[in-house]
Amino acid sequence: MQPIFEVRNLKRAFGGLAVTNDVSLSMAPGDRVALIGPNGAGKTTFVNLVTGNLAPDSGEVRLNGETVTSIDAIGRVRRGLVRSFQVTRLFLDMTPAEHVALAVLQRDGRSGRLFGNFLAMPDVMDEVGQLLGKLGLRDLMHRKVSEIAYGQQRLLEIAVALALKPKVLLLDEPAAGVPQSDTGRIEQALADLPADLAVLMIEHDMDLVFRFAKRVIVLAAGAIIFDGSPSDVTQDPRVREAYLGSYANASHAA
Amino acid sequence: MQTVLSIAIDALAYGMVLFVISIGLSVTMGLMRVVNLAHGAFAMIGGYIASYAARDLGLAYGFAIVLAVFGTILIAIPIERLLYRRIYGAPELTQVLMTIGITFCIIGIANYVFGPTLKTVPLPAQLQGSVDLGFRAIATHRLFAILCGLAVAVALWYTIERTAFGVKLRASVDNAAMAAALGVRTEIVYAVSFAVAVGLAAFGGVVGAELLPVEPYYALRYMVTFLVVVSVGGAGSIPGALLACLLLGGIDTTGRYLMPEFGEFFFYLAVIAIICVFPRGLAGRAKG
Amino acid sequence: MSMTTTNDLIAETQGKRRFGASDLIGLGVILALAVVGYFLFPTNLALLTRIIAIALLVLSLDLVTGYCGVATLGHAALFGAGAYAAGIVSAHYGINDPFAMLAFGIAAGAVAGLICGAVILRAHGLPQLVLSIALIHLFHEFANKASSWTGGSDGLSGIAPSALFGLYEFDLWGRTAYVFGVVLLVLVFFVLRLIVRSPFGMLCRAIKEDPIRIRSMGASPKAALMKMYVISGAVAGVGGALNAISTQVVGLDSLSFTMSAESLVMLVLGGTGSLFGALTGTIVFMFFEDVVSAANPFHWLTMVGALLIAVVLFAPKGLYGTAAAFVARRREAK
Repeated sequence: MQPIFEVRNLKRAFGGLAVTNDVSLSMAPGDRVALIGPNGAGKTTFVNLVTGNLAPDSGEVRLNGETVTSIDAIGRVRRGLVRSFQVTRLFLDMTPAEHVALAVLQRDGRSGRLFGNFLAMPDVMDEVGQLLGKLGLRDLMHRKVSEIAYGQQRLLEIAVALALKPKVLLLDEPAAGVPQSDTGRIEQALADLPADLAVLMIEHDMDLVFRFAKRVIVLAAGAIIFDGSPSDVTQDPRVREAYLGSYANASHAA
Repeated sequence: MQTVLSIAIDALAYGMVLFVISIGLSVTMGLMRVVNLAHGAFAMIGGYIASYAARDLGLAYGFAIVLAVFGTILIAIPIERLLYRRIYGAPELTQVLMTIGITFCIIGIANYVFGPTLKTVPLPAQLQGSVDLGFRAIATHRLFAILCGLAVAVALWYTIERTAFGVKLRASVDNAAMAAALGVRTEIVYAVSFAVAVGLAAFGGVVGAELLPVEPYYALRYMVTFLVVVSVGGAGSIPGALLACLLLGGIDTTGRYLMPEFGEFFFYLAVIAIICVFPRGLAGRAKG
Repeated sequence: MSMTTTNDLIAETQGKRRFGASDLIGLGVILALAVVGYFLFPTNLALLTRIIAIALLVLSLDLVTGYCGVATLGHAALFGAGAYAAGIVSAHYGINDPFAMLAFGIAAGAVAGLICGAVILRAHGLPQLVLSIALIHLFHEFANKASSWTGGSDGLSGIAPSALFGLYEFDLWGRTAYVFGVVLLVLVFFVLRLIVRSPFGMLCRAIKEDPIRIRSMGASPKAALMKMYVISGAVAGVGGALNAISTQVVGLDSLSFTMSAESLVMLVLGGTGSLFGALTGTIVFMFFEDVVSAANPFHWLTMVGALLIAVVLFAPKGLYGTAAAFVARRREAK
């Protein structure tokens, strides 16, 4: 199958320090990939390069067969590359319904319309109701976001991303900061993601990674050191080295 | 050639006066993140006090300057205590409204107390006339203004780079919370900086009274000039402010000499062009 | 600054009606005030018409400051452009039909909005504010120097609007102008209510809260703000044209920094981010001005300054915003 999302030889250095060093990867529709790596591995820089918030020194980002390296962040979103944020960035004075409606209207090129209210647009409201219903936010749809719980805000992040009907979804630590009691809902939401959507999830929580991902990529010191199945990742000596440092070698020797 | 020299010297003098007045604004904006539109009003108060002291009371010029600086600080202290304290950390619009309200009040009061006419600060005999530099004579007062600007720049540079207070100040500008955690009493740093800023504004208002005439609408007329120094030079940057002042002084003076009819028009056009080209300031440090 | 009006929220959450009860009440209040004003001040209709013109300016400012979060001290540029355009086509080109003058005013306001938006939106924070101040000075200087067109500091005279529909002369008492103004205000208010609740209005509120987040949803904050600036310019242009038609002179003060600052004061006095707030602020401020400047013109500026400080300290949501919040709390308590 033709890859929907491809990164080729992506490089970016800050003052001589290669933060993203020759990264290449490729994803097909329906892929569930987790990107992990120790702190300082360059995950954030990688996300910014891919989404277009940072320009690479060299290399290429391709989306659905098209090179998007010179296209800005907004253009990439419009072509189907959508991200969620690690720290919730929602509009605190607005309601969940407004968030999702705005995303739906934006996706359809209707967000510039000067007349009519989305509450009176049946097609928009249907989609809003459906999406929020699926994520268990339907009862809260007219509350202010500042009044709903953090776990629910994380779910709303996912809802907003899905409302944009992405082809590739970057999930930046979707469960970060969520109390244990609420992670179940988020995992359920992740399991229910559309089957043909390519998902790249950046995550620290290894339990979540093993339950979600069919493939794991490990980034360390700006380079990919492992790209394979979840069952192999913990056995890989280079991954052990990256995470455990000299202890890994010590335990191997022992 | 004569014209070029005259323009250069006037531009330098004007730029230095701008620097003396606005450097305090730059430092306090970098430090307290307050958009202070009332800064020019303090320079105006300084001018009024000096004018009253020198012209109406017949005091010596030097004494009038001292009186103006400390008088203005004395007036500013309750304003800072009662009004500015409330807007530290507030949204920008709130700060704009509060400080423009203060400006309007000061203008209204000045208009009522001193009347709408221009007030001069009579120069002492030593500063009248001109100095022969060998190749050319220049007005002594211009030279005095330039020297004052240089003295302020050097004194500030020394204070900020070489003294214990300067270390605390720089730490507070970079990261106030961190500085406070390290034991810097930021409220004292703030208060001292604010007083120095106001004092410098008053000083500049007096020294520059020949170039920026003292009248009630002074605070509004030059508001954009002082603010543009900060936004072009970058809040908290002394070299940036100096560069911006010389640049603006040059543009303004050249405009006045060559196109007296359209001087202001081209000045504002230049301001817009500069900010559009450097939206983050020349030094690039201004917090946007 | 970051508040949505309680009214908007109630209207949005309660019903799917395109035109809610609050709109009807609002229109009713405007019309009632207009009628009361007409009978209370029959000899001072000129003041009332001027209040309407300024209210249009303040509504226009509310669109960019209240709904989009752009702080500007140069908004009179849009109003003045409308006033001069309407005045110039009449005084120099003999286009005296009030509707044609209005159309020119709207177009000029929109163009001025485009120019100001393009400049002001290039920067953020302090530089943005400085740009707005420099712009209004630039417009002012330009109008001052182009005196063969604008009359310079003497003001533009010779504006002679013909009768409305060829039937109603703009009489000495200002009755026609007043009715014309009230109708314009109601129309603009109606259109703006639609716009602020439209998808575009929602987009702008989102941009005000977090422009970076909106980019990651695929929308360009700058394009949206530019569009709002043009709309805002058109609204200010209506106000400017109304002022030119009703007073039949245009002065440099309509392009002044003071006018810009005062319109911001009125907006904040009433409450930002709410059309009713903009109207409340204008009416209160203008009557206040009329009374105070008649009693003691010397202290007018001092009073405005004190008023501003008081609003910032004691009623940051403005008169309307504070009242609306109070009513909402009472309603919740029940």
